[in-house]
Amino acid sequence: MRLASGGRIDRTQPLSFRFDGKVYQGVAGDSLASALLANGVKLFGRSFKYHRPRGLLAAGVEEPNALVELRSGPRHEPNVRATVAELYDGLEANSQNRWPSLAFDVSGINDVFSPFLGAGFYYKTFMGPTRGSWHFYERIIRKAAGLGTAPALPDPDRYEKTNAHCDLLVVGAGAAGLAAALVAARAGVKVMLVEQDKDLGGALLGEKSEQLDEWVAATVGELANSPNVRLLTRATAFGYYDHNVVGLVERVADHLPQPATHQPRQRLWTVRAKQVVLTTGAHERPLLFGNNDLPGVMLAGAVRTYLNRWAVLPGRQPLVFANHDEAYLTAIDLADAGATVAAVVDPRPIANPDLVTALAQRGIEHLPGHVVVKARGGRFINAAEVAALDANGEATEPRRVIICDLLAMSGGWNPAVQLHAQSGGKPRWDQRLSTFVPGESKQAERSAGAAGGQLTLRAALASGAEAGFELTSLLGGNATPLSLPEVEPEPEAVPAELWEVPGSRGKSFVDFQHDVTTKDLKQAVQEGYRSPEHAKRYTTLGMATDQGKTSNVNALDVLARAQGRSRAALAQTGFRPPFTPVTLGALAGRDVGRNYKPIRRTPLHDWHEAAGAVMVETGPWLRARYYPRDGEGLFEAMNRETRHVREKVGMVDVSTLGKIDVQGPDAGEFLNRIYANGFKKLPVGRARYGLMLREDGHAFDDGTCSRLSENHFLVTTTTAQAAAVLSHMEYYHQTCWPDLRVHLASVTDQFASMAIAGPRSRAVLQKAVEGASVTNEDLPFMGVVQARVAGCPIILFRISFSGELAYEIATGADHGKAVWEALMAAGREEEIIPYGTEAMAVMRIEKGHAAGPELSGQTTAQDLGLGKLCSTKKPYIGHRLKDRPATADPHRPALVGLVSLEPGKRIPGGAQLVEDPNHKAPIPMLGYATSPTYSITLDKYIALALLKDGKEREGTTLYAANPLGNTTTKVQVVSPQFFDPEGTRLHA
Amino acid sequence: MRLPCPWCGERDHSEFNYGGDATRRRPADDAPMEEWIDYVYFRDNPRGRHHEHWQHIQGCRAWIVIERDTLTHEVSGCWTAEDYARGFAEATDVQKGAQS
Ligand SMILES: [Zn+2]
Repeated sequence: MRLASGGRIDRTQPLSFRFDGKVYQGVAGDSLASALLANGVKLFGRSFKYHRPRGLLAAGVEEPNALVELRSGPRHEPNVRATVAELYDGLEANSQNRWPSLAFDVSGINDVFSPFLGAGFYYKTFMGPTRGSWHFYERIIRKAAGLGTAPALPDPDRYEKTNAHCDLLVVGAGAAGLAAALVAARAGVKVMLVEQDKDLGGALLGEKSEQLDEWVAATVGELANSPNVRLLTRATAFGYYDHNVVGLVERVADHLPQPATHQPRQRLWTVRAKQVVLTTGAHERPLLFGNNDLPGVMLAGAVRTYLNRWAVLPGRQPLVFANHDEAYLTAIDLADAGATVAAVVDPRPIANPDLVTALAQRGIEHLPGHVVVKARGGRFINAAEVAALDANGEATEPRRVIICDLLAMSGGWNPAVQLHAQSGGKPRWDQRLSTFVPGESKQAERSAGAAGGQLTLRAALASGAEAGFELTSLLGGNATPLSLPEVEPEPEAVPAELWEVPGSRGKSFVDFQHDVTTKDLKQAVQEGYRSPEHAKRYTTLGMATDQGKTSNVNALDVLARAQGRSRAALAQTGFRPPFTPVTLGALAGRDVGRNYKPIRRTPLHDWHEAAGAVMVETGPWLRARYYPRDGEGLFEAMNRETRHVREKVGMVDVSTLGKIDVQGPDAGEFLNRIYANGFKKLPVGRARYGLMLREDGHAFDDGTCSRLSENHFLVTTTTAQAAAVLSHMEYYHQTCWPDLRVHLASVTDQFASMAIAGPRSRAVLQKAVEGASVTNEDLPFMGVVQARVAGCPIILFRISFSGELAYEIATGADHGKAVWEALMAAGREEEIIPYGTEAMAVMRIEKGHAAGPELSGQTTAQDLGLGKLCSTKKPYIGHRLKDRPATADPHRPALVGLVSLEPGKRIPGGAQLVEDPNHKAPIPMLGYATSPTYSITLDKYIALALLKDGKEREGTTLYAANPLGNTTTKVQVVSPQFFDPEGTRLHA
Repeated sequence: MRLPCPWCGERDHSEFNYGGDATRRRPADDAPMEEWIDYVYFRDNPRGRHHEHWQHIQGCRAWIVIERDTLTHEVSGCWTAEDYARGFAEATDVQKGAQS
């Protein structure tokens, strides 16, 4: 019910919104939770495991129950806490855990069968011997568990990332944070003050003191006008990282129906602060009694906040149950707001006499030495069972039933130590407050206010000012003491020992969001999960989206008692970022869609597109895959292009190959150490195939290396390994051989490269190349010469990847198109065609050249048939370990060719090679197909493969089994050089 | 985390690639196989200050040596890999390494 006056809301601005399809009215300043509560809505969802009805427990970020789905369509967002969702006109929300309906829930039947869903249910069922059943149950469980549904459409909003540097970061703008920031701001320190709420004031927003409101307004005004202060609201510090880095997420437009034009939805901040003050407040502890999860059972501080901040009276006949003085204020405020407070139940025999008097003045019954043992009701609370405690602290009979429609409970407060713990601090047990407070700082941070265990307003203000003063001085600023507002003495939340309420009946929930009860925790201990970290994983306690903000400390107590140990003996479980959930959108920022990774286009890209090429992504590159003619598909075009190159001539863009320029007097010596084969004696004007090994003796990469002049080499690498090869070469140069006089530079982007292949390729070059002779005598196989095409300087290499007479031409990137077009024009008579990566791959497989699938990092030179290439006359990278027993084993899988013996039946890539496909499983595996293709040249399906004792098996018959496709192909093992094994064509 | 590059100054770690233990020295070409196996495969997993290789891949491309605390990530020293390699040849105390 909304009160007629009071609260920090604007009654002149009504807002209309929808919850589960029904239209309600709220006002400006409302949260979704306060607006629903004002409308009398008490049921917000169903619980995770037992599907029990659940209402609001809290008023802030710690809320475990009231998770809703916000908005619809592409902006649909699950798992939003209604307590922190700001209301706007037209807001649309749905309870997410209500399958199949909120009011009548068939899976509430889980509650009846709950003995089967106890501690370790998920663990025992899905991680043990029956883990395979997870795949079967997962969908049903996820649906019933109400984890919310992910939006099915791409997020239309923009998310940004930014960095900030400051001297002092103040996290949380409550009393302590404001005081700390003000001291530092006045001393000229560069301050950043961040607050997760839309308003500054923290817990003060739940008070109703004009004097404090004035102080907050004056302080905020002064901070806002200080040029050295950056104020961020709606910004949550979610993670504290190394080197005093704090991650923030600023919800720029979450409070709007949709972001304004040019406005991001959220902004992720990486803040590097010299010093950090954590004034993150505290979260209230529930009490553990039967049915403490019934809608209408709320935290006392939350009730007071709904009352004072949002002018909402959550119940007309409330009952207060607490073990400390501070919660009495809730009873007093409720009574002053017009509620008929049924009673204040307190296990302590004695309370603060002033408060007892205040209750008496309002006609509120005070029940010291009593406890609530059970909440009663169906979907909402309607009564509570109260028992008196005897001298031993045990509950006595008879039990009194007190009618109520709201139960405000409080077991004390837990400082929000999450960020302190993330920074490396170890929270320590504080016996007086029965909770954990920040321990020793490991980074440049300190906690103040309630986060530091200073639970009264007066102490919080003082500790905030003190932290501001000390850190300002530490930062070299000249701080002056702050005159703080005079605050009347207030009751402090120093709780009496009361954890699991004696004599409580029914389920006592510890973790509301994951449905973990006191019984589950005790059972975990009985089953041997003694460490809190183990018990947590076994019961899933604290592992829900609320990260156990209301449950961790209570759980530790139950675990300690179940083991007969003291609480202090149990360490708190770790806290990991994020403090509250962060959307993936904010973490991804602008790195989505096409911005996720850059696209690299070759200098000839536009030509390929104009020629109608079908492009393919290979790593970051876009390459021409094939050039279809007259409705050709991939298969037809690939075959036509292959046949054409083998019979006539074709040209392919190979600009993506990595190119590294190596220069210096020691360049030859350097390359001699990098490559497994010799390079020192490579003559100027010659190229050589080169193989690099890793230090462990496995093949790393291959390519060509050409000597352009005495001290100048040009190295090519595979497309995929270009960056890795450069790093590898730089590593050895700088860390092992710094005395070698050599310089390395990537020139991949500086060159456009093309390969021209086929029996007529020389004829084409004879027409196009100026300044060099391309006859077999002047430019023999592996010759390199500098010349010109279309007036552009080129380097012409006689090298072949296809097994045909072939050349590669490298020219400056900007000349690429002119050279390509000139060669195309010169080749018209020879019927030159462009060909793509598919035909190129077919021809390299036909020639048995190892490429990516064979250079997998697990093969040796010997496996690839390149063992003889490795020099025995010089040391090089990998020369020692290639000879160890494992890599020198002659029975290792070696490169072979396979030919399908079944007409029209292909050999699937990755197919396993076996002798007898009908062998009883497991079938002995001899190898696998690495690069399959159809060879138009041979009119056969072929493949390269790695096969145990490959050489000896040539001529034998095996089976290529592909259990994924449920096919088996009979194959013959052949030499990997399917085509022209003597190499007569490339020497032509 | 930010790392100091001897050439470029303090830069975000995302500009660097990690390159592993920098205290290992490549054995002589004819060193016994055991020494090579040790060099290629065996690494300590020290807790505390450690010397490691990083490459400033998005910057000057230099390989550098960083002294980093593996527990706190505190960075307490940096060298160019070249300086480190040259000094290393003489230094006997691994942890002291070369002086920048
Ligand atoms: Zn650098």
